[in-house]
Formats: sequence, structure tokens, C-alpha cells
Amino acid sequence: MPILDWAVTATFVILSLALVIIFIRLIKGPSLPDRVVALELIASLTVGFIATHAVATRMANFLDVAVVLALTAFLAAVGFARYLEKGGERSDD
Amino acid sequence: MIELLTAFLLLLGSLLMLLAALGALRMPDLLTRMHATTKAGALGGGTMVVAVAVFFDDGAVTARALAIVVFIILTAPVAAHLIGRAGYFVGIPLWEGTLKDELKNRYDPETHTLASEDSEASSGSTEKRDHD
Repeated sequence: MPILDWAVTATFVILSLALVIIFIRLIKGPSLPDRVVALELIASLTVGFIATHAVATRMANFLDVAVVLALTAFLAAVGFARYLEKGGERSDD
Repeated sequence: MIELLTAFLLLLGSLLMLLAALGALRMPDLLTRMHATTKAGALGGGTMVVAVAVFFDDGAVTARALAIVVFIILTAPVAAHLIGRAGYFVGIPLWEGTLKDELKNRYDPETHTLASEDSEASSGSTEKRDHD
């Protein structure tokens, strides 16, 4: 059991670090598609957070939240791509 | 044993996600950034959900986890294709080391059409066949 608790804590730390790194790209991202890519990775990171939290609290019901989040993230990516292609802002400077 | 496997899968998945984030920060243009985030991100997320399935060792949980993994594997390439296509149409700058851009002189961003250069060649060949 202590190994698992240690691993869960380490996983939370690593995921938080990844979140900080991708947030830098989200702020810097020179164009809107770069920001969309960063947002998509943030959604996938959040799915990872939910999975880790489900293990940490021993509650399997959190997986339903992960299902909904994965679905919403895909729809958001499709929506952004459609907006870009059908003539949104060409640059967001 | 199950706890050891869960710990390993969780750490592996989170490290892959960290790799994806690092790639997105360090890569030079949109397409190479997507190359990093799509593959490593999808694999990392799938690995962490598999860790949950291993940990609970229950039929309903495993089914839900499997559904998430299949969904991630199905949607990640589609979303990446859509964003890459939209990014190309918007006219993002490619990395200066890019070797191949097959649409370079064929795609017209104003009219959103693709000129096919081999239409003349095919008509020429039919002409030649008529002559024979």
C-alpha cells in the first residue's frame, strides 16, 4: 500500500508539472491553432488527473467524469477547427 | 502485485504526458507540436485509464475504462487531422527545416481551392491516344 500511495503522489506532481509546461505554451502560442493544441493536451491531462484521483480515493465512479470530459474535449477540438476553417480570425495577436 | 502494476502504469502514463507537454513547449512549429502532443498524450491518457481498470479489477469499471481507451484512440487522430488541416488553411508558418510541402503552389488560400497540376498532363495523354 505505501508504494501505491507514493506512486499516486508522484503522479500528481508529474501531471502538475506537465500542466504548468503546457500552460506556458497556451500563453505563448503564436497562433490560435497552437493554443487549441495546448487546450487539447490540457483536457487529456485532466483525464489523467481524474484517473489518478479515482485510484487515490478508491472510488471508481470518477471514471464517468473522465468519459464526459474526453467527449467534450473532442467536440471542442472539432468546433475550433471548423471555426478556423470557415473564416475566423486569421491571427490572434 | 496489483498495486505494483497500478503504480507502474500510473507513473508511466504521467511521464508520457510530461513528455507530450515538453514536446509542445519545445517543438518549432504547429505540426511538430501536434506530432508530440497527439501521440504521447493519447498513449499517456490511455495508460492511466488502464491503470484504473487494473486497480479496481471489476467488470463494470474495466468496461468503462476500455470505452475511454477506445474513444481516445479513435478521436485523437481525427482531432489532430482537423486542427492540422485548419492550421494549414489559416496559413501558419512551417518550420524552416521542412523538407516537403506538396500543396505549396497548388493551394489557393483566397478561393480555398486546390489546383490539380496533372489535369493538363492527363488531357495531353488522351490527345495523344486519339492521334494514334
